[in-house]
Amino acid sequence: MEKILLPEIKDFHLIDVYASNGGYNSAKKAFSQTPDEIIDQVKKSGLRGRGGAAFLCGLKWSFMPKTTDKPKYLCINGDESEPGSFKDRQIFEFNPHQMIEGAIITCYAIGAKTAYVYIRGEYHKWIKLLQKAIDDAYAKGYLGEKMKETFGTSFSCDVYIHKGAGAYICGEESSLMNSLEGKRGYPRVKPPFPAQNGLWGCPTTINNVETIANVPKIIEKGWEWFSKIGHPKHPGTLLFGVSGHVNKPGVYELPTGTLLTDIIYNYAGGIPNDKKILCVIPGGTSMPPIRGDKLEGVRMDAESLKEVGSAIGTGGVIVMDEDTNLVKVLARIAHFYHHESCGQCTPCREGTGWLEKILKRIIAGKGSTSDLDLLITVANQIEGNTICALGEAAAWPVKFMVERFRDYFEQRVSKENSLPVANKVHSMRETAFPLADVKN
Amino acid sequence: MTTFKFTQANLEKIEQETKKYPVRKPAVMAALYIAQEQNGYISFEVMKEVADVLGITAEEVLGVVTFYTMYHQKPMGKYHIQVCTNVSCMLRGGYEIWNQVKNKFEIDHMGVTADQNFSLEEVECMGSCGTAPMIAVNEDYYENLSKEKVEELLDSLKGSN
Repeated sequence: MEKILLPEIKDFHLIDVYASNGGYNSAKKAFSQTPDEIIDQVKKSGLRGRGGAAFLCGLKWSFMPKTTDKPKYLCINGDESEPGSFKDRQIFEFNPHQMIEGAIITCYAIGAKTAYVYIRGEYHKWIKLLQKAIDDAYAKGYLGEKMKETFGTSFSCDVYIHKGAGAYICGEESSLMNSLEGKRGYPRVKPPFPAQNGLWGCPTTINNVETIANVPKIIEKGWEWFSKIGHPKHPGTLLFGVSGHVNKPGVYELPTGTLLTDIIYNYAGGIPNDKKILCVIPGGTSMPPIRGDKLEGVRMDAESLKEVGSAIGTGGVIVMDEDTNLVKVLARIAHFYHHESCGQCTPCREGTGWLEKILKRIIAGKGSTSDLDLLITVANQIEGNTICALGEAAAWPVKFMVERFRDYFEQRVSKENSLPVANKVHSMRETAFPLADVKN
Repeated sequence: MTTFKFTQANLEKIEQETKKYPVRKPAVMAALYIAQEQNGYISFEVMKEVADVLGITAEEVLGVVTFYTMYHQKPMGKYHIQVCTNVSCMLRGGYEIWNQVKNKFEIDHMGVTADQNFSLEEVECMGSCGTAPMIAVNEDYYENLSKEKVEELLDSLKGSN
């Protein structure tokens, strides 16, 4: 199968190798068309965002206002902090120029003069690699003022890297914008959406690194070609990052709609010692897990995963074998979201802490059956009650893990354990006076 | 109390950073990295200096410093060892490595050895899931680790002092 994002060409990250393989020709082709034509092609190609929400990319671009006297911006999200996700660094390392070319085409399509690539601070090495690629692109006249001459156009744009400093939440688009403005990375209330009110109050589009890296190929080979790869409603290839209990963990570029079992057994080499699979998280830790005995026939694309009650997320497949302690895994996930909650919204700030505490109580052997219900209650009170999606990200793994592995969890809690604090809260809620009575 | 001043070379680096943005404030994140490199950690004096250089308030700088985990408000070791224990690493022995490093230096999360050579941090996912378990020493990743490899790495760091 042809690779769109990570072609097997030696030294493809070097600008000369990239250019000699047709690189930067898509940008040239794009400049011979109008921005609307570009947006239309990307729309028709069916390209969906690779950052987790799988939103239609062309549709997102079309939200950018056509007439505005404000500058417009493109943000490329390379925060990549979702546990289990390690695909963008492959693009920075092995195919940075395709992303830069994608940035040029996207800037042209949405009318932005500046693109910022937001990369997590821990990626020192990959920031240096991408910076080198950007410097080379400037030197060869593919970026900045010189590109007008190179491409024979009146359009020019700049690409800059903004280095994060260690905060998961900055992968959320509005939080990313605040971080880029030099503030605390608090998510913003939406609406207004970035296309109306983004960076410094100006129209802004935010796309994932992988999404942007797809764009040059769509322009080069046409939307029809792209729309025929993989699942028709979620076309293209995905960078599946397989980790956990597999023989050959790593990133595999495969068409959407590939069987999950194919990815695990054929590409990632199966499970060490031929153990059975207990659980698979298909798209990074925030996505609902799938039971090991329900993997047959599950296909890896946004639509198919929705049908089995999960989501594609970032395509980070975490595999756990039959000897895994799921309670510990879930407690570690809960700890992560507690640690990363920005603290703006009470349900998330407090709720994530409670999820972690309850799970740690179960690990300590003091859990009760009612704790399992309590976990779901707390998760339900976080979900949907927060400014950003970290609420869902924290609630989903707990809620679905406990629901789908109820038998597993029940074996690890006791019916006898009395839990005065937790039960008291519940009983108080049932018998509390209505608010009106208290006022009187 | 000592006052902190950026070196001329660092001031120029910060000026270069501000050119990326329409306003000066976003360069605060880069300026703090530069300050941390020059001073070792970020004190209130450093924050004041960063604020003055960028024309923002010291409170705004404080807000940024306290939000992000990579800015340190106390001196860390010459080698800042970061061990990932998130799910993908955990499944492949992240906690064993975490305990191994902890016992080796007899320090805990965010602890610093008495000789100031080593500090330790339990970090969240570093994007190294496919090459788990991993350790980062300052800016460098060490991946696909085993107990032996970790021992070797730590000894080589100890030896280089």
